[in-house]
Amino acid sequence: MRMYKQTMRGASFRKFLYISPFMVLLAIFAYYPLYGWVYAFFDYMPPIPLSESPFVGLQWFRSLVENQVKIDQLLQVLKNTFGMSGLALLFSWLPMMFAIFLTEIKAVRFRKFIQTVTTLPNFISWVLVYSLAFSMFSSEGIVNGLLKQLGLIESPFLFLQSSDHVWLTMWMWMTWKSLGWSAILYIAAIMSIDDSLYEAAHVDGATRMQVIRHVVIPSMLPTYFVLLMLQIASFLNNGLEQYFVFQNAFNKDAIQVLDLYVYNLAMGGGSYSVSVAISMLKSLISVVLLFSVNGLSKLTRGEGIV
Amino acid sequence: MRDQKTKYQASAADKWITVIIYVLFSAFAFICVFPFYSIIINTISANDLSARGDVVFYPKKIHFQNYLDVFKIPGLGNAAMISLGRTAIGTTLTVGASAFLGFMFTQEDMWARKFWYRFTVITMFFSAGIIPWYLTMRSLHLTNNFMAYILPTVVAPFFIILVKTFVESTPKELQQAASIDGAGTMTLFFRIMLPICKPILATVAIFAAVDQWNSFQDTLLLMTDSNLYSLQFILYNYINQASSLSTMVNLQNAGSTAMASLATKQTTTSIRMTVTVIVVAPILLVYPIFQRFFVKGIMIGAVKG
Repeated sequence: MRMYKQTMRGASFRKFLYISPFMVLLAIFAYYPLYGWVYAFFDYMPPIPLSESPFVGLQWFRSLVENQVKIDQLLQVLKNTFGMSGLALLFSWLPMMFAIFLTEIKAVRFRKFIQTVTTLPNFISWVLVYSLAFSMFSSEGIVNGLLKQLGLIESPFLFLQSSDHVWLTMWMWMTWKSLGWSAILYIAAIMSIDDSLYEAAHVDGATRMQVIRHVVIPSMLPTYFVLLMLQIASFLNNGLEQYFVFQNAFNKDAIQVLDLYVYNLAMGGGSYSVSVAISMLKSLISVVLLFSVNGLSKLTRGEGIV
Repeated sequence: MRDQKTKYQASAADKWITVIIYVLFSAFAFICVFPFYSIIINTISANDLSARGDVVFYPKKIHFQNYLDVFKIPGLGNAAMISLGRTAIGTTLTVGASAFLGFMFTQEDMWARKFWYRFTVITMFFSAGIIPWYLTMRSLHLTNNFMAYILPTVVAPFFIILVKTFVESTPKELQQAASIDGAGTMTLFFRIMLPICKPILATVAIFAAVDQWNSFQDTLLLMTDSNLYSLQFILYNYINQASSLSTMVNLQNAGSTAMASLATKQTTTSIRMTVTVIVVAPILLVYPIFQRFFVKGIMIGAVKG
């Protein structure tokens, strides 16, 4: 019996040994970067290595609230971040409506075609999106060419080099890329609605819009709620790529979100330490946000989202 | 679907709703496809016309010179090899690791299984930030190193969850029967689970390959050696500096062939668009095949996120 137990324990540990190389990889590439946060507490100026850089404590963090130039920059960047994430939150119901009305289409082949085609942009990179945008909307682009042919404009319209409506255009590109894809989860939710609900509504003589309002939408609210919470949790994480590829000298002030600002500070300006300090605050706030919405979800729905 | 179930008395309002739905969806579908179509017809049209934005709905004066010329740009062939290489190697390793870990995390007798599973999954919900990540990658000598494209992507929590959920949905008896027959963990994995998991692994492979092919940020942050540039990165550079490249290709052509006509002379537009088509082509080619898979894939993932 004892020997049996020992071999069992041996087998159990051996199974862990099999996965241990992967856990090491995870530790290196997901956990070890957190150690990079120490740069925020030093006056790090490459090529001088970190070990020879002076320790400055919280100086960089203090500079974020004491240095007027930094404060102004940060306020603008936060405004952009809140503006763009806010717009996305404001229209977070779009994929749900997309799914509802798409499933209202009775012609199966047409519906499948629409779904296939609208999901495609999700699978190309932001660089490719930018390249398509450039081909369409640059001063020699197709849209300007068409407008000129039609005699609607004399000189090309500068869509991409404009500082106007940057939040809105960024939201539009984001929506173009992801709307069809985000709708898939809701389409799945609609498919799993119990048939008897439709039959009951039908017996009650409900119109199409009434069915959508009283049957379909309520069945999808749980999915919507979870996705909304996750979106709130990543409020500060707009990502770098979209804003990096679309940024230029004209729209820079309006397009810099936190992720891009942090990148520009370090890789453009060489201010690694301040950049890491902001990064660190951003990550910490994001984790707090995640815990908050998770707690909120537990309170209201009885289960967490994570 | 619910086609048969929804029989309403078709009122006038209903008909209008139907019309509006069809129009709106058709319009959005058009907006989604048109940029791809437009850029393709531009690359095979006369270059002087495409440079002026004259090619809008159909190709004009069709020629294929651009696709021959574009490979005269130094670095493009190399970048294609880097992108293909990272996609092939990265996808293979990611799929293998996701399959193995997804299977292992279902092995209830594994030491501290729950802890290691959480240790893996929780990494989806935090990140140190790109600059701390860059600084630590640099300290690990992973800048200007091809391994930086591969190693960080091997363990992918989301894919592991997909496989684990799939394995859990297969009958337990299969594994038990094999264990009684004396199969060890590895035999169980390679002989029993791997063949069964094929559908979900196909989904994972597609997502992983698209991620690798589309990846841009890692080149931007980690690579300064132009031999390691990926196609995505090179495309980004071309968009911003296509004019010098077109001059160079034209000079090369002037030396080797007779005078290039205006229609086949390279312009900034023709170079930029042709490279774009080359970078997007693999996605467009595999998309019709894989779009059947991902709907299933994301549903499995949605059940247990």
